[in-house]
Amino acid sequence: MSAEPVLDVVGLHAAYGSTPVLRGIDMHLGKGEIVSLIGRNGVGKTTTMRCLIGLVRATAGHIRLRGQAITHLPPADRARLGIGYIPQGRQVFPRMTVEENLRVSQLAGGKSDPQMMERVFAYFPILKERRRQSAGTLSGGEQQQLAIGRAMVGNPLLLLLDEPSEGIQPSIVRMICEALKSIRDQLGVTILFVEQNLDTIMEISERCYVADKGTIVAEIGRQELHTSEAVRRHLLI
Amino acid sequence: MFAEIFSILYQFADVFAFLILAAAGLAIIFGMMGIINMAHGEFITCGIYVTVICVQQGMPLPLAQAIGALSAGLVGIALERTIIRHLYHRPLDSILATWGISLMVTQGMLLLLGSSWRGIGTPLGSFQVGDYTFSTYRLVLFGAAIGVLAGLYLVFMRTGYGIMARATMQNAEMAQALGVRTQHMYAASFGMGAALAGLCGALYAPTMTLIPTMGITFIIESFVTVVVGGANVLLGTAPAGILLAVVRTALNAWYGQIAGQIGLLIAVIVVIRLLPEGVSGWLSRRER
Repeated sequence: MSAEPVLDVVGLHAAYGSTPVLRGIDMHLGKGEIVSLIGRNGVGKTTTMRCLIGLVRATAGHIRLRGQAITHLPPADRARLGIGYIPQGRQVFPRMTVEENLRVSQLAGGKSDPQMMERVFAYFPILKERRRQSAGTLSGGEQQQLAIGRAMVGNPLLLLLDEPSEGIQPSIVRMICEALKSIRDQLGVTILFVEQNLDTIMEISERCYVADKGTIVAEIGRQELHTSEAVRRHLLI
Repeated sequence: MFAEIFSILYQFADVFAFLILAAAGLAIIFGMMGIINMAHGEFITCGIYVTVICVQQGMPLPLAQAIGALSAGLVGIALERTIIRHLYHRPLDSILATWGISLMVTQGMLLLLGSSWRGIGTPLGSFQVGDYTFSTYRLVLFGAAIGVLAGLYLVFMRTGYGIMARATMQNAEMAQALGVRTQHMYAASFGMGAALAGLCGALYAPTMTLIPTMGITFIIESFVTVVVGGANVLLGTAPAGILLAVVRTALNAWYGQIAGQIGLLIAVIVVIRLLPEGVSGWLSRRER
């Protein structure tokens, strides 16, 4: 792990009503790391991501972003502090153009850096071609690029991606993986992503956290990661 | 012949203006927050009374109307901050709460201000086409309705607030996760909806005798237009206004005012049956 901590999660608990979902998540990500969070369906991966951005309230535990406690901040404040969230299913604003989708982050963060918009177009050239098109008419892969670009415009320290390869053709997934690696290399952005697709995990992860029953049960390092059996075992349990 | 055609167009413009001005504020609040504001008529009443009071104090009418609209907007923001924001995602509770506010305001005004007030008279006189005489002020109201639609288009399509507001309308949770302070968007939009209701009242103030329950005069047309138009004020309100104005004008001309009112209600029943999400819902589906 890099020396400079970006995200520290300690003993994170969350519940839907009276049903506990997260029962003590611990994670630590350093600057510029690409880390995946894996596990079977229903173990709390998406809830962890939603809890990190603040869409699900933490009932116990701590979240720190670059050392600053953000556990009880609302989602908008966390986004402004540097968390970019790309949800499962993309959730672009379908009746707004590509450019308007990108401008939401720019306007909300109060950052009027036109360079970041141009950088996003450099990573995802298709977005520039389709900038006047309604986001709802884009293909799944284009929407995923838009969702990542939209989070990037906010100039984040940390990107949270929830199943970025879901429902997208493999060639586009590879292209997105390359773009994510470039974003990390060029901008030093830390990336945490939830994934079920073994190829995607192997392609870009440097470490894996394995979730089960709302807690982290294993951490797989770079060496072990490349013997894919270890990852496969945790996905298929 | 020209005079007859002009008369029909004039009546269409009059009905269209009434529908658009009455519905615009309600449509914004419903489209943005999903709140069915039963106190909409009272915001209109607020605009009317403030305008009349200001004119009676010697203020020029346009300034009084601006103050009337602004007052309703400020009351709207205060109401959103104290009551409405606790009722987001609770549509039935919000209907009950706003209805309660409506009853309290009308009854309170009856007690405090009495059952009726003298109006201020319609300005700008009249003009003649053929054998018919028309009020010039009604043309101003039509111009104001077009101005409101154009203004809403510019605000929602060409400003930063508009982009964030539309994002909030489409997916509030995602907008928050991108840094949009949705509570501020809601407060601003509720205030804008209330101010537009107040503007409606302010514009119609010179044409009416004041009674505390006069909001009800506008409420049926407001709701009918919003139901036909659907949740998207930009896509739905103008087509709904045109459709309903055509129905009403035609029936008014052929069978009288009551037939026009009945026709309006039949039109809304037919639209609910055929387009449950209104014109804007239908147009959005066609886009996808």
